[in-house]
Amino acid sequence: MDATGFDAWALTLAVFLPAVGALVMMAVPRARELELKMIALGASLATLAVGVYLLFAFDYGNAGTLQFGVHKGWIDAINADYILGLDGLSLPLLILSMVIIPLCVIYSWEHIPEPGNAKALLILMLILASGMNGTFVAQDLILFFVFFEVVLLPMYFMIGVWGGENRRYASLKFFLFTLFGSALMIVSFVALYFVATNDAGAALNTFNMSELAAAAGGDLARGTQAIIFAGLFMGFGIKVPMFPFHTWLPDAHTEAPTVGSVILAAILLKLGTYGFVRIALPFLPEGAAAWAPWIGLLAVIGIIYGALGCLAQTDMKRLIAFSSVAHMGFVMLGIATLTPIGINAAVFGMVAHGIITGMLFFLAGSVKERYHTLEISRLGGLLKSAPRMGWILAISAMASLGLPGLAGFWGEFPAILSAYEPGAGLSEGLFRTYMVIAAVGTVFAAGYLLWLFQRSAFGEPKPEWEGHTIADVNRYEWAAWTPLIIAMVLFGWVPGLIFGMVDDVSIGIAESISAAVGGS
Amino acid sequence: MNLGALLAFVRPDLDWHALAPELTLLVVGTLVTVVDIALDDKAKRIMPTLAGIGLLVTLVPILTLAVDGAERPMFGGAYVVDDFSLVLKALFILVGYVVVLMSVDYVREGDYYENEYYTLLLTSLLGMVMMASSRDLVSVFVALELLSIPAYMLAAWRKGGPRSNEAGLKYYLMGVFASAVMLYGMSLVFGVAGDTDFGTIAAALTGEGASPIVIVAILFVLIGFAFKVSAVPFHTWAPDTYEGAPTPVTAFLSVASKAAGFVALLSLVFVAFEGAADVVQPFFWVLAAVTMTVGNLIALRQTNIVRMLAYSGVAQGGFMLAPFAVAFEGDAWQLPGTDITTTPYFAIVVYAVIYAFMNLGAFSVVLAVSRRTRSGDISSYGGLFSYAPGMAVLMTLFLAALAGIPPASGFFAKFVVFWALVGAGTPAGWVLAVIVAVNAVIAFGYYARVLQQMWFEPVPETVALGVDSGGDDEIDLAEAADVSADHDEHGDAWLATETRQATMVRFTPGKIPMTGALAAALAITAIATLALGVLPGLVSHFGDVATFHFGG
Repeated sequence: MDATGFDAWALTLAVFLPAVGALVMMAVPRARELELKMIALGASLATLAVGVYLLFAFDYGNAGTLQFGVHKGWIDAINADYILGLDGLSLPLLILSMVIIPLCVIYSWEHIPEPGNAKALLILMLILASGMNGTFVAQDLILFFVFFEVVLLPMYFMIGVWGGENRRYASLKFFLFTLFGSALMIVSFVALYFVATNDAGAALNTFNMSELAAAAGGDLARGTQAIIFAGLFMGFGIKVPMFPFHTWLPDAHTEAPTVGSVILAAILLKLGTYGFVRIALPFLPEGAAAWAPWIGLLAVIGIIYGALGCLAQTDMKRLIAFSSVAHMGFVMLGIATLTPIGINAAVFGMVAHGIITGMLFFLAGSVKERYHTLEISRLGGLLKSAPRMGWILAISAMASLGLPGLAGFWGEFPAILSAYEPGAGLSEGLFRTYMVIAAVGTVFAAGYLLWLFQRSAFGEPKPEWEGHTIADVNRYEWAAWTPLIIAMVLFGWVPGLIFGMVDDVSIGIAESISAAVGGS
Repeated sequence: MNLGALLAFVRPDLDWHALAPELTLLVVGTLVTVVDIALDDKAKRIMPTLAGIGLLVTLVPILTLAVDGAERPMFGGAYVVDDFSLVLKALFILVGYVVVLMSVDYVREGDYYENEYYTLLLTSLLGMVMMASSRDLVSVFVALELLSIPAYMLAAWRKGGPRSNEAGLKYYLMGVFASAVMLYGMSLVFGVAGDTDFGTIAAALTGEGASPIVIVAILFVLIGFAFKVSAVPFHTWAPDTYEGAPTPVTAFLSVASKAAGFVALLSLVFVAFEGAADVVQPFFWVLAAVTMTVGNLIALRQTNIVRMLAYSGVAQGGFMLAPFAVAFEGDAWQLPGTDITTTPYFAIVVYAVIYAFMNLGAFSVVLAVSRRTRSGDISSYGGLFSYAPGMAVLMTLFLAALAGIPPASGFFAKFVVFWALVGAGTPAGWVLAVIVAVNAVIAFGYYARVLQQMWFEPVPETVALGVDSGGDDEIDLAEAADVSADHDEHGDAWLATETRQATMVRFTPGKIPMTGALAAALAITAIATLALGVLPGLVSHFGDVATFHFGG
């Protein structure tokens, strides 16, 4: 599978170009802000250019297999190698990450939050980019773990330095929650190394993800699989975050600076769901089957709880944060069905949520900058005072509530549909109950989003803003937002763009699960 | 029996090449003293240079021996030069070199005796280097005393300050007590085995079973070393000694001295006590679990950075002890999929190497920052990122390494511990792995406190001056309040804060006064910490080649 020529370098470039940019920036003095911004933008755009190349060079007929493979020795002593590869599951998420980062750099051009220091903020963004891109293309468990963890410290600093009032608490909570999950996750990884077998019962002793996926649990007992799966579940589930581990999320989102929230919502949360689809499901099919009813339960609780949480919020940003809990619930419900359509829906949901919620957090940041508050009751009349921004909010809210024709729909609807007929011998009755609850959740979603839009955009501007000019969308915001708005509409009308990439992988995963579960 | 023949001295056959590192160290130590006597005060300035060069020269015979690769048992197997000993000798020498770099300005500006300081440091290092080769109860004990006694004196080097005296005295009393316990245990082991040689002991214990006398003998020996590596509940000396001792000495104790204890434990457990797995493994299971948990929980409450690092060192010692708990389990002896034997042993060696550099790095930053803030309070790190970003980034790197966050090196150290524990495939190993995982999370709690101060908090207006009332270390407040970057002769007491008596002085941030030696120490530790994290293969290679010479 190893690629040759530039293809062999493409993924390495995609991962390390941002890091190189960060290194270069460290050498430039803090006062030369424009140059620093140019370097950051250059590095992120260069990474995106690699991404565009990947999009065109990718063999879509073969989306189920890893492409652009790199396989080099890394830590011989523990059999961990430097393995990168890209398939239909990684591609959309990698591109999402590559697109979001330059948009955040552009948005930061004039929006460096207190206490300033563009240099440090941009460097952290680029380090984040390297970690996220690396996570999506790593095909060795240890390499995956390293990238998965690399993102922690930059995000911790981003929340803690540039965050709101409660930033210390929020940043530490974010860190400790995720660290706890990943500590148990690494124990599970090591356990996989030692106990994973092939069908003949011979120990695999490898961290190579494609080998582990191919073995699909081998002849491991269901109980062992379930225990190891529990460790992975903690690692990925906290990151998603699933109810009841979601409590770090509203705090982190509310306190984080705008770009921090955008990156967190758009990409970091996806590391968890990606981990489920890439690692937990294919490696431990029976463990997944054993846990799926519980994952489904937590997912629907998350949908309802997140929606009710939204209805209770008075702060726009906190409301969007809770809506993330609900949306990630749909993604997890799709995953829990263990069906191709559910996994397809989940991946689409990840991308759609990344685009839409990223956009909503951008909007919240800009609203905050203009009104210096996000109290929904003090906003109002946005369509009058800043009509363009009001309409963008309208589109984003509609997309978020799952209006057909916009991207959000294709994440939610198929996820609900997939619960009608779950795979791998899961109880139909149970999942159909989940389906009904999730469907009710969409109504709630429409409720809180329309309510948010109505209160902040309709009516006359509040009297307290008389005399203030509320500036409409400026050019940096246009530059940062236009691609997201286009993507929302595009994926709404042509969902096949993403389903086409993911389909082969989802079918492969679902088939291997039902084979493993049915075979025992 | 012919008395004449008995008394006639027969020189044992000496392998000069094998002994070259020890002899070089001895010569350098003597040279430092002689030069001082000959040149008197003029020699002061070249002392650290001489010591540093001497240490680097010592690396040469270690390298030639490593290239040669032959195992060289001497004195009937009591002293063995093999790959294992060479890797650790090189580590001790490198650590010693970094400590010399950290000491240069500290000792000079504090106006302490310079030549004696370096002589004692080199002597202690000689003891550590010997420890790496010792495979006999007697040679282990001699090496241990040789490395400990100079360390007792170094801990009390700020002889004008009561805290430093307390540090030295406490360390001495506890150390001597531990030695006594250990010696008693050794005598019992000798009684059971009839020999002091590790190979013979192993053979004798294997047949013996867990009789009460064997249990007592082994536990006493191990408890003696538990003091040395400051495992809970034998850790009580560590925080006071660490806080009171001069900071470079603290770094030396927390890294080199601890590593020497682990080296002794490694050869004792894996060679001598091989037959007594039933006694050794449960003991270490409990010791490791208690050490990391208690160390972490107490560290959470510290307000002084040196004390915090001291307790963090206790907790890290617990992580390092964990693999002993599965030392003789199942697959652990031959790791599947690789050519490494004895994974727990591999894990401990790797952890020791990585820990040495990240911890030395953290202490170097503490030393550098205190030159500006003159305080050891964690709160004095407020806003460090705003006025000394480079230093804040370095400290972040070292703390991330200690917390085990990739890509800094510490994650690999933690990883190999998981590797050893889970690889053993026993419920005991699994449970301990989960305990390690939970502790790794708790540990971040206190490392994060420093990170928060450096990155999130504003620069404090006042800092708690490290006070050390009485003696010649009393700080002239008027002078201290004049917050200039120059260093007064009382500078050494900065890091020992007595909270109740702390005097708050106004603090203006500014560039941290750096010196070449300190910068070199920071550079070495930072590069090592980053390189070992990104390419852990470098260190795992050493753990890999560091195989034992078993038996005499």
